[in-house]
Amino acid sequence: MAKVKPRVKVPKKAAAGDIVTIKTLISHPMESGQRKDKKTGELIPRKIINSFTAEFNGAKFFSADIDPAVSANPYMQFSLKVPESGEVKFTWVDDEGSV
Amino acid sequence: MKQVQFSRREAMVLGAGAATVTLLGGVTGALAATATDDAINAFTGGATPSEGKITLGAPEIAENGNTVPIDVSVESAMTDDDHVESVLVLADGNPNPGVATFHFTPMSGDATAATRIRLASTQNVVAVAKMKDGSVYMAKREVKVTIGGCGG
Amino acid sequence: MMKKTVGLGVAASVVLAGGLAVAELREGYVYFEPSSEEHPLDEIISGREFRDDATRALQEDDFENPGFLSLEEGEELWSTVDGSENKSCESCHGDVAEGMAGVGSTYPKLMAQGGKTTLTNIENQINTCRTERMGAEAYKYDKPQLTGLTVLIKNVDRGEPVNVSTEGDYESWFKKGEELYYTRVGQLDMSCAHCHEEHYGEYIRADHLSQGQTNGFPTYRFKWQGMGSLHRRFSGCMKNIRGVPYAKGSDEFLALELYTAWRGQGLPVETPSVRN
Repeated sequence: MAKVKPRVKVPKKAAAGDIVTIKTLISHPMESGQRKDKKTGELIPRKIINSFTAEFNGAKFFSADIDPAVSANPYMQFSLKVPESGEVKFTWVDDEGSV
Repeated sequence: MKQVQFSRREAMVLGAGAATVTLLGGVTGALAATATDDAINAFTGGATPSEGKITLGAPEIAENGNTVPIDVSVESAMTDDDHVESVLVLADGNPNPGVATFHFTPMSGDATAATRIRLASTQNVVAVAKMKDGSVYMAKREVKVTIGGCGG
Repeated sequence: MMKKTVGLGVAASVVLAGGLAVAELREGYVYFEPSSEEHPLDEIISGREFRDDATRALQEDDFENPGFLSLEEGEELWSTVDGSENKSCESCHGDVAEGMAGVGSTYPKLMAQGGKTTLTNIENQINTCRTERMGAEAYKYDKPQLTGLTVLIKNVDRGEPVNVSTEGDYESWFKKGEELYYTRVGQLDMSCAHCHEEHYGEYIRADHLSQGQTNGFPTYRFKWQGMGSLHRRFSGCMKNIRGVPYAKGSDEFLALELYTAWRGQGLPVETPSVRN
């Protein structure tokens, strides 16, 4: 399978108290478990990213539980009210537990 | 004579066929509605959602059901005592209605989120917001999904 | 090449006697003048113009456009050493933006391959580099690695006009491509021209037929939920008319690639585009 690669867009600078928009995109087929293999007729097993978490300096500020109805290469956009300077960490978990 | 006769067996088969189709149609429709209602109930804990506060953005017509952009935003002060805890997004015409649940904290600043989703056919997208105080709000939008040309 | 925009404020659709609904393209679509008088079309329109606002917006956002995931995979491979010669693409070509300038808009080209000169596209050229210079294995057509590198290279020329050679030694390839374009194939007995020359802009089911322009490939296609090469699209078209497709990377598809590129001569390269 192709490598899973994330892209994230976070403003580099913001004043404390500003609300910033964050965008993330990750390469993943989001195999829904509903599709059939055209050759064998068998259902292709589900393999999706089922959860996403965003933390700021260790504190979770946004997360999502994800179903197969989210498109391939999942895109997420959300906000953060920046309390201070720090680091944003993103975690994607798929059905096999890989990130 | 033979050509005008409609044999009883053929007539029965036809009748049965038609009945099956109707029945199936009815059952799937009912199941889907129930699954969506069940998902909403499970999320709200039985509370009846009110209108307002939540805005759901989705195209009126989607070019392709594989990638339909949606966004939700909920009016809220986003303070410790008064904020949006989570937003459930459902698609009532998909094989499974669940799409995603977004969880917010006061640190989110505002309760907005956007993503791209799959819609199997023309249907309603539903968003339900649950607030810190337990109140729930709901918004619904119909998205028409076009049948592709060679795009499929 | 003159770039023109027209506002089509006329009726939304016209119903012909035969009952075919002729859809108008969106207002203000962009078209280009054909490159020569022999060109069979009087306006050249990118596939982008047949897509709705949301799809075009997705293509134009270099962050949200999922084609950039593929481009980034290519970027990583560009500088990754592979094969027995311990070389990466970068070892010979340097920085991709400099080393590959003017490549994406001018391929397919005649190049030396296995001791003879033949028409090659970017995918085949990458594989020639890999097997003949890097001592590495060729990538299979439409593998993410090959697509990623192709996207990376074509993207260097994004915005540049498509400018392929069709004369001299190219002529026989060009003629072969032209012949294929107009040859009926498959159970539906149709040629490329039936849809993309004679009926572009009209509805096929609920979608518009495009001119079949190639300036956005490899493309992120919603139907595929991923990237695909031009030869994958050719292949899909041939299957749609119940034909048996030529192999990806074959001489037939290469000739067709050259000929279809010429039909879009002057269109800006859009790779990675987003299509339906």
